Formats: sequence, structure tokens, C-alpha cells
Amino acid sequence: MASDPHTSDIYQAVREDARGELTPSRRYSPRESVPDYSHLDELEAQSIYIMREAFNKFKNMAMLWSIGKDSSVMLWLARKAFLGHTPFPFVHVDTSFKMPEMIEFRDRLAALWELDLRVGQNKPALAAGETFPSGKISRVECCSLLKRDGMQQVMETYNFEAVVLGIRRDEEGTRAKERYFSPRNKNFEWDYRDQPPELWDQFKTDFEPGTHLRIHPLLHWTEVNIWEYIDREQIPVVPLYFANEEGKRYRSLGCAPCTSPVESPAATVPQIITELIETNVAERSTRAQDQEAEDAFERLRASGYM
Amino acid sequence: MKIVIVGHVDHGKSTLVGRLFYETGSLPEGKFDQIKDTCERRGVPFEWAFLMDALQAERDQNITIDTAQIWFKTAKRPYVIIDAPGHREFIKNMVTGAASADAALLLIAANEGVQEQSRRHGYLLSLLGVKQVAVVVNKMDMVDHDEAVFDAIEQEYRSFLTQLGVEPACFIPISAREGDNIAARSEHTPWYDGPTIVSALDNFVPPAQSGNQSLRFPIQDIYRFDHRRILAGRIESGTLKVGDELLFTPGQRTARVKSIERWSTQQSEQAHAGESVGITLDNQIFVERGHIAAHTSSAPTETNRFKANLFWLGDKPIEPGSTYKLKLASQEIACRVERIDRVIDASTLDTHEDDERVSKNDAAEIVIRTLGPIALDVYGEFVPTARFVLVDDWDVRGGGIITHALERSQDGYEAGGAALSAPNSVERFKRNRHRGAIVALHGDPARERKLLGLLERALFNRGMQTFTLSPKHVDLKQAEHDPQTQALLARNLAAAGVVCILDTPMAEGSSLRTFRMIADDERTAFLVVHLASADRILERTGRRASQDDEAIFGDADIIVDLEGISSLEEQIAAIAEQLVPELQRF
Repeated sequence: MASDPHTSDIYQAVREDARGELTPSRRYSPRESVPDYSHLDELEAQSIYIMREAFNKFKNMAMLWSIGKDSSVMLWLARKAFLGHTPFPFVHVDTSFKMPEMIEFRDRLAALWELDLRVGQNKPALAAGETFPSGKISRVECCSLLKRDGMQQVMETYNFEAVVLGIRRDEEGTRAKERYFSPRNKNFEWDYRDQPPELWDQFKTDFEPGTHLRIHPLLHWTEVNIWEYIDREQIPVVPLYFANEEGKRYRSLGCAPCTSPVESPAATVPQIITELIETNVAERSTRAQDQEAEDAFERLRASGYM
Repeated sequence: MKIVIVGHVDHGKSTLVGRLFYETGSLPEGKFDQIKDTCERRGVPFEWAFLMDALQAERDQNITIDTAQIWFKTAKRPYVIIDAPGHREFIKNMVTGAASADAALLLIAANEGVQEQSRRHGYLLSLLGVKQVAVVVNKMDMVDHDEAVFDAIEQEYRSFLTQLGVEPACFIPISAREGDNIAARSEHTPWYDGPTIVSALDNFVPPAQSGNQSLRFPIQDIYRFDHRRILAGRIESGTLKVGDELLFTPGQRTARVKSIERWSTQQSEQAHAGESVGITLDNQIFVERGHIAAHTSSAPTETNRFKANLFWLGDKPIEPGSTYKLKLASQEIACRVERIDRVIDASTLDTHEDDERVSKNDAAEIVIRTLGPIALDVYGEFVPTARFVLVDDWDVRGGGIITHALERSQDGYEAGGAALSAPNSVERFKRNRHRGAIVALHGDPARERKLLGLLERALFNRGMQTFTLSPKHVDLKQAEHDPQTQALLARNLAAAGVVCILDTPMAEGSSLRTFRMIADDERTAFLVVHLASADRILERTGRRASQDDEAIFGDADIIVDLEGISSLEEQIAAIAEQLVPELQRF
């Protein structure tokens, strides 16, 4: 037997638990007829390699958990990389406007998988009512205050020198230009005009004191790959991704006031995959903050947004 | 399959990508109209390049600044398209894009012909190991689709590639703006009967699996989440099986594979190239990050000197004696440029034998000397263990492939900085490969005493500057019980780059706080290594050095679990395994 049977059993049990409780098995392809997903092996190995590099290099590292499908995959990959363990804290930046189903999913999964969860929130901004739903500021300004500044506050509170994020190159144009190990200066800014070279899996692991690194282990995955992997591994996801009785589902999850569902009958993971392969609509088209101006997202990301 | 698009600035790379997406029906819904709106708002003609050039500055200047990736499919298979910038200033971004590609489209504009970056990019492709290249002659509409212009460019560039040993897959005449020969054969070039862009892509051969080669398993990290010691890494080539005897280089120690560790993945007694796995060994030999495991019959070379072909991206030129950090697979070590044999102008292939400097964007043949022995292969049969990058001032500044392993040198190693400045802590770090620090063992006085001398020996034998500080080194009359004086002495030793290990009487609770305070004043690294027993650690399974139990671990920077490790040598190895990486970070 290759691994310690005792520990394997424990984790198998936890997984069965989470699968049954959080996402029923009927949502996935039946185990006897799982499609050929072998093209995911290389993506998986690369992500594991990156996470292990990061873990080796940074003592104070956290993983940003946005509770969406990509985060779920990233969390799963972390457990693969560290053989069932999650040896660093998980940070959720709670804007207070997330959909209730997301928060419920977060708390249940964190308890089931015994995650060291740290929730950050920009309380001063919320107390002052500096939000888009209150009508005081624009969507992009709201993202900047509640998400970007919220994250900066958590980073500073815990003194994290590196944070792992689940962004992908195929999501939108500026993310397509990201590095796996991406430096941020003292003010959190991303100098996208002068990024370090990255070749042959040698990453930027040396950095000036005061700066920090963003690590992006899912950069090379596509939206379809994410769902294929969720299907193959039976990874639990927030139920909002599946079509409800009114024939609507969310393709991308965010804050309730700025995220809208799409018309879709897809109620299982294989149906979502089929739908995505056929669609020509961009994933983030349901995220209103991206649409405010031509370079809205670029400015947001340059200032330190995820 | 990953395809990089390279070539001189303004020869139409981003335009080709935009048009390719349009011709193959791959543009996302609304993207065409969005680009049209952007162009109208800016008062410019329709610009295909805006699909890839997502940055505002890129659209303003109409050039690609950074490399980007985008996905699309032909009837045959899916592709990742990597658009690389063509401007001289952004070569490091081009290298980033091209280094991960399986094949390349190299663009040359028909109206301008072969230019500086056309050649430099061709050279870099060969150095980066991208062997499949299709050459695309763009903007044929601007030369009236003249066959003679196409032929002249083909002849000139083919002879350039031949000098590099690159055999181009084909030359294709196109107009990206007009869509000629992108997805369908164009009526404007009746004289051309070769492939279109789409069929050229489909003709590229997918990268070969390296499973049949000899095993190379670079160790990335050692995990001790439970009582087992797991060696983690990705198999770069070959196959390993439970029971195999592995040789670890450098150091030439051997042990057998006891188990292969995976989580929530089908268990198997074998692991193949490309897999990220963990293994346990039957024998607890000393292994750390950087070691490369191989089968004894075909191990990598162990040496401290090699010859390489290198490209340089740094603003500061390379000179003989320049020192860098070298990264090769998971190894990291200080190195020095021993000799510059030839400097090559990558845009002309002109060589300069007498040049003593390698400037930004140049290539060179150089001899590198590492501070200690490393494991390496010669480029050819092996790839990941035969190439390296050089790091200077926090960033990768260049990369190279190893052409010859040279005889190991036994001479001393000298680093040199600017003549007029005193050596600083960065230089000390670079030369020593570790920072100065104060180290205290804490937990069980009887055990510490036995381990102290051995620990210094273990660190010293790895080439570290070490010293064990005990009360006898301080003037007894005045300072016997004066932790402040002792701490100042220790701090000065650390400032000189030494790893200063505190003798037992100094490492007691109340003294530790004084040491911590004085060390913090000058930001000196002060590492308290807590030697814990297993039952305390067990309570926090899965946590590395969790310090939530303030009463026990409040002062500890590193917690080492020595339970069940009987021999002193193995105890030292366990301590070193956690301590050394801390000393090697700056």
C-alpha cells in the first residue's frame, strides 16, 4: 500500500462528507461514465508545483478564498499539493454584500475541512456608508474600498508577505498578462509595465522588504477546465452555479448588487460544461463593475485589486 | 498546444491574433463591436490588435507591452496563443512568453523585410528551446502580393535560421489586416501552394512525453505533516517505482523508495514524468530542497563549473567576476562568472571574442563557477536540469543552457564588489549564500548541549560561516550574567555575516528576551529553534510550526519535532532541514 491507510481513510471520509452535504452527487457525471479528462493532469501538476514553490519560499503566506468555483478548485489543489493538509490560513474579504448562500457555503466548508479562516472587512468604509448600494460612490470605487482596501487591511493585520489567488488568464485582458509570481509594491500597486521575466518555472521568489507577492497557481486554466476538474474530482461548489426553478444560474459569483444571473437550464456540472463550450459570451459580462469604463478593470487591478 | 507569436515591432503580431480569432469564429460575443466602439471613440481605423492589447498604454501607443495569452480552437485541437511584444525594450516579456511555447509563428512584414528583432527573436527561440518555427511574411497587400518580395525574404531569413541550426516548418505569405491565407487560401497569392496559418498550426507536432528518458526528480520541499518525512517534487523526466534505488546529487547518497504519496488520487506504485508527487524513503539519509534524485545508473553530473550559452536581460552588464544567484531546477546557489568566451550580437550573429562585457539583450558563451557543487545535465537529452536562470537584485536577469560540464575546481571562491565601497550585508549574503544570524536552541538543556557542537559542524560543512558563542568569550568579571553584553557581541558577529549559535547557558528564557530585543534593534535575524516532543506537536496535526500555544512555543521561530529520531546525526539533519532555509533567505 503506497500511503498510510489510516490517513487516507480519514480524508476520503471528509471528502465523501463534503460532497454529499454541500453538493449532491447527482450534480456530477456518474462515476461509471466520467469523460476523459486526462488533459487536466498537466494543469493540475503545474498548479501543485507553483503552490509548493510558494509554500517553500514564504513563511507568512495566505490563500485568498473568494468562495467561487476557482477558489474551490484552488483549495482542492492545495490539499493535493500538501497531501490532505492545508498548512496556511485562508482569507475571505467580506464586503457584506455577498450572497447569503456564499457565506453559508464558506462557513460549512471551513468547518468540514478544518480551515484556518480569517475574514477581513473594511469596517470603517461600511460604517460610513461609503458603498455603491448606498448610492454614494460608483461600482468601481466600491470594489476598490471594500475589496482592495479590505484585503490590504487583512494583509497588514497578519503581516502576510505572499497571498495566493485564483485568477485565470482567460478571464479578462489584464489578467492575461499576469505572472505566476507577481510583485506588488508597498502601496499594493501592480507595475504592469515592468513585470519580472518568468521562464522555465523559475519564479520571482526574491523581493524587497515591504513589498509582497501575489501567487496565481490557476493562471493557465480556462473556465471550462475549472468545471471539468470540478466534475472529475467532485469538488463541492456554491449551489448558485446551478439553474434554479426559474431557469437562472450564476456564471460568476460576486456581490449581490453588481452580479446578475444568466438564463440557463444547466443544473449539473456536465450541463454547465456543454453550455460553456457552446457560448460566445464572456465570463465576466455579468459583473457590472467591469463595464463602467473601457479601462475600469485595468485601473482597479493596477491599484491592487485581485 | 502553446504557440507564441514573435517578430519585430509593428510587423503585425497582435493584428494576426485578432484576425485569426475572427476568421475562425473564436471572438467572444460583443467583442467585435466593443473593439469597433473603442476605435471610433479614438477616431482610428478598425484595429484588430485591440483584442490582445488590453492595457490602455498599449492601445494609446499601438504597441504590445507585455505578453498575453488567449485560447482558441481549430477543428483539429485547442491552442493557447501567446502574443509577445516586438519592441526592443520589452525583450524580457518576449522571453517570458516564448519560454513556455511548444512552437512559434515568427512574423516579418513584407514591406520592411528582416529587421533587428526578427533576427534576435529567432536567436532567442533557438536558445529557449522552441524548435518548431513557421515564418509568416505579413503585409503582403502592401507589396502587391509580389512573389519576388516573398522569395527574397524567405531566402534571407532561411539562411539566418540555418546558422542557428533551426529548420523552419514553412514560410507563409499573408495579410493579417485583409485576412489573406489565414484560414483559407487567398486568391491574391495564386503562386503560393503552401499551408495557411490555421493548417500550419495544425501541422505542428505536440511536445513529446519525456517518460522514456532517465529519471530526474528534483526535490522541491520536505514535508513532515505527520510522523513521516515526505520528499515532494515534480518528476521532470523518466519514471520512479516503489523499491527503486535512488541516488541524490549533490552528495551521492542513496536510499530506496518506500512509498509514493498522493492525496485523493488513484494510488499507484509508479509515478511518471510530469507528475507532482511525494515519496518516502526506506532510510533516513540527509536530503534537502535542491537535491536531484536519479537512478544510480544514469545520474546527473556533480560539479561546480560549467560552460553555457546565455542571454542577458539585465541593465547592468555581465563582466568576468560578476556574481549572481543561480537557480537550476530547485537548486539555488551563489555563482561567479569565471570567463566570457564569446559575446554574440543576437540581432546579427556577429561574435566578439575579446569582449569583456555582456550587455542587455546580448547573448554569450560563458563559464560559470558555483560556490558549491550542484547537480546538472548537458542540454540535449535532458532539458529542465540543463538550463538555469541568474538572479540579481531580486529579479531574474538572464537565462542559459548548459553546453559542457567542466571539471570541478577546488580553488577558493572570491566575490568582488565595487572597489570604492565597503562590503554590505547584501554582498555578504551573496558570497556566503546565507545571512548572518543569531541561533538559539531551546527546549531541553541536556539535549541541546549534545547537539550544539554537531549543529555548528553541520552548518560549517555546508560552507556556512559559523561560530558558537559561550560565556567564556565574554569578560567573565564584568559580563558573566550580563545578557546585554553577550547579545551585543552576538549581534556584531551576525553583522559580520556569521551564524552565531548560542551556548546553552545563554539560551535560557530570560536571556532570550534580551537577545530578542537587542537583535530587533538592528533587525538582526534571531532564530529560536524549539526542540519539541511529538505529543505536543501532534495536538496540532498538519500545522508547520504552529505557534498558537504561547506557553510552550511563544518564543519559538522554528519548532523541530525530534520524537522517534534516535541518532544524533538524524536529529541534526532534522534541525538543519528547517533552519537552513531560514538562513538562506535574505
